[in-house]
Amino acid sequence: MTSVSKLLRRSETAVLAILIVVMIVIGVINPAFWQADNLFNLLRANVVIGIMALSVLTVMISGGIDVSFPAFAVAAMYLTVIAMNAMGYQGVVLPFIGATVIGLLCGLANAFFIHTFRMIPLIVTLGSASVVRGLLLGLVGTSIINIDRMPPSLIAFGSSTVEIGGSKLSLMIFIYLGIALLMWLFLTRTMAGRAIFAYGDDAESAKRVGFNTRRTVYLVYGLAGALAGFAGLLHASMIWLANPRDFVGYELDVIAAVVLGGASIFGGRGSVFGTILGVFMLTLIKNSLIIMRIDNTWQGVVVGCVIVIATALTAWRDRKALV
Amino acid sequence: MKAGSMNKLTDLRRFINRDNNIVQLLIITAVIFLLMSALEPNKFLRYYNFESISFIFPELGIVAIAMMLAMLTGGIDLSVIGIANLAGILAGVFFTRLYPAAPEAGAAAELMRVAAGVVLALGVGLLAGTLNGLLIAKVRITPILATLGTGQIFTGLCMVLTGGPAIVGFPAWWGFIGNGKILGIAVPLVLFLVVVVAIAVMLTKTPFGLNLFLIGTNPRAAVFAGLRTERMVLYSYMLSGTLAALAGIVLSGRTNAAKSDYGTSYLLQAVLISVLGGTNPAGGKGTVLGVSIAVIALMLLASGFQMMRFSNHLIDFIWGGFLLLVMVINVLRNRGK
Repeated sequence: MTSVSKLLRRSETAVLAILIVVMIVIGVINPAFWQADNLFNLLRANVVIGIMALSVLTVMISGGIDVSFPAFAVAAMYLTVIAMNAMGYQGVVLPFIGATVIGLLCGLANAFFIHTFRMIPLIVTLGSASVVRGLLLGLVGTSIINIDRMPPSLIAFGSSTVEIGGSKLSLMIFIYLGIALLMWLFLTRTMAGRAIFAYGDDAESAKRVGFNTRRTVYLVYGLAGALAGFAGLLHASMIWLANPRDFVGYELDVIAAVVLGGASIFGGRGSVFGTILGVFMLTLIKNSLIIMRIDNTWQGVVVGCVIVIATALTAWRDRKALV
Repeated sequence: MKAGSMNKLTDLRRFINRDNNIVQLLIITAVIFLLMSALEPNKFLRYYNFESISFIFPELGIVAIAMMLAMLTGGIDLSVIGIANLAGILAGVFFTRLYPAAPEAGAAAELMRVAAGVVLALGVGLLAGTLNGLLIAKVRITPILATLGTGQIFTGLCMVLTGGPAIVGFPAWWGFIGNGKILGIAVPLVLFLVVVVAIAVMLTKTPFGLNLFLIGTNPRAAVFAGLRTERMVLYSYMLSGTLAALAGIVLSGRTNAAKSDYGTSYLLQAVLISVLGGTNPAGGKGTVLGVSIAVIALMLLASGFQMMRFSNHLIDFIWGGFLLLVMVINVLRNRGK
């Protein structure tokens, strides 16, 4: 009995319940929603945003916020594709390692500023995003690498599918779920993962009980950058082009998805499962407006309202925690 | 007589001690000015250059002051650009669809029409700011998330109203707000100076201003001291929203157009200028004078680099790098104390 009431009080349960209601409503408005093609497309739309959301989740659990990951993702993606073209390299594993390392280095730079100078994460990541985007567009280039110049190996990888009942499901879903599983194991089953929760809950206490806060900060932002870099190249291989101006405005969507999933912006709270649900909710709403015969220009208003309502609900849940 | 001059001297010394940041800013501005003058003497030191800066910088300066107001209580307003665009676009819709110019309307009727547009735009800003303030003060959503969400809503409404393309066809008097001159001074600059004086007086000479600083310094103590923190925070976001709308009026007046994605790079720049101007993002510290000097310093920097044919992207890089650098300098200086 207690375990049931505990389950009901978890924010994941609430998100899941709302999700089911929303899906039923959309299905009633337009039964085409339940077609396998539509559902598989929906899942495919979760992949890149989902990996980015796992990156933001880690930062948010540590009590910070990151608005630089779209810039890191685009830098990792564009630099890797340019390097592949320059060398005529055809492969998959090495480029993804390269993109991940580029993201990692950018993330470590964030950690350096945040830890060494005790600067506010929002300001640091605003600055580093502007630096990385400015350098990329100013020094590397502004032209889109179209499908005719994209490395075929990346395109082949990004479009690999598995056929289920006549419809094609992108294999990238399993990469996303695999990363999510690893992140869940890392955050809940390792000392380093628990340290992130402890640090986000109360940095001073975490320090006093013996957690290495310096290592935690570097781990959090390094990991966040690495995931962003990986997601960036995955995005390019899934849409078959590399646009150096891509991912503008993603920070809002991804942060919204993570908050929808029950993570607290004050740190110490958040889960991988909740984040997956939050991402699914966001892509569901964004992609289903057309199916519900609502004009696409309403997308921003709808997403904004969802963010406000979700944050209002969490604020109401946490209301006693505030003076 | 002697005592008087002594007092002035100690006043000056106190001013320098207290406003160390202002002095640092003036030095940065002077260095930028001298550097740019030395690098591009023929183009930088022309009257035309400073005149064009005086038209362009006020909209950014007003947005930065709006940002500072939110930061004073430890918040932030990420919706300022959304509000500015919404104000400009609603005015545009009003002028082109709801209340188009009558063919033989006199100057007085035209002026009335523009005045109504201004009231409408400022009203929208006030309303948007009220929504922010209510969500932050009453519902207690963290300012970052609340304004992130409302900013999305405001920008989304801009998309709904315009469907994507820019709205053009503002009346001539509206353009005067962004391009005109009064006694040889750019109208945007005049508006900026009015805002600077009004906000500075409000922050330093009224109970409301004092309250904001106290709330930002220690919100808990402010509650126990009996301050009406909720109401004060609400007012500060209402003011910030109205200022953002004013910036939107100037922007749409200067460019004679309004679009849902205008001025998106202003958001980072507004945060940068506010922080550079000595505003503490954690609350409790910030001056209008500091923000004003900071915006001028950065405008000189940007215009100088533009003359040296740096691309806009590299200027973005410089803004970001400058933000990090200034924060590091501030931290190192405070550490020395």
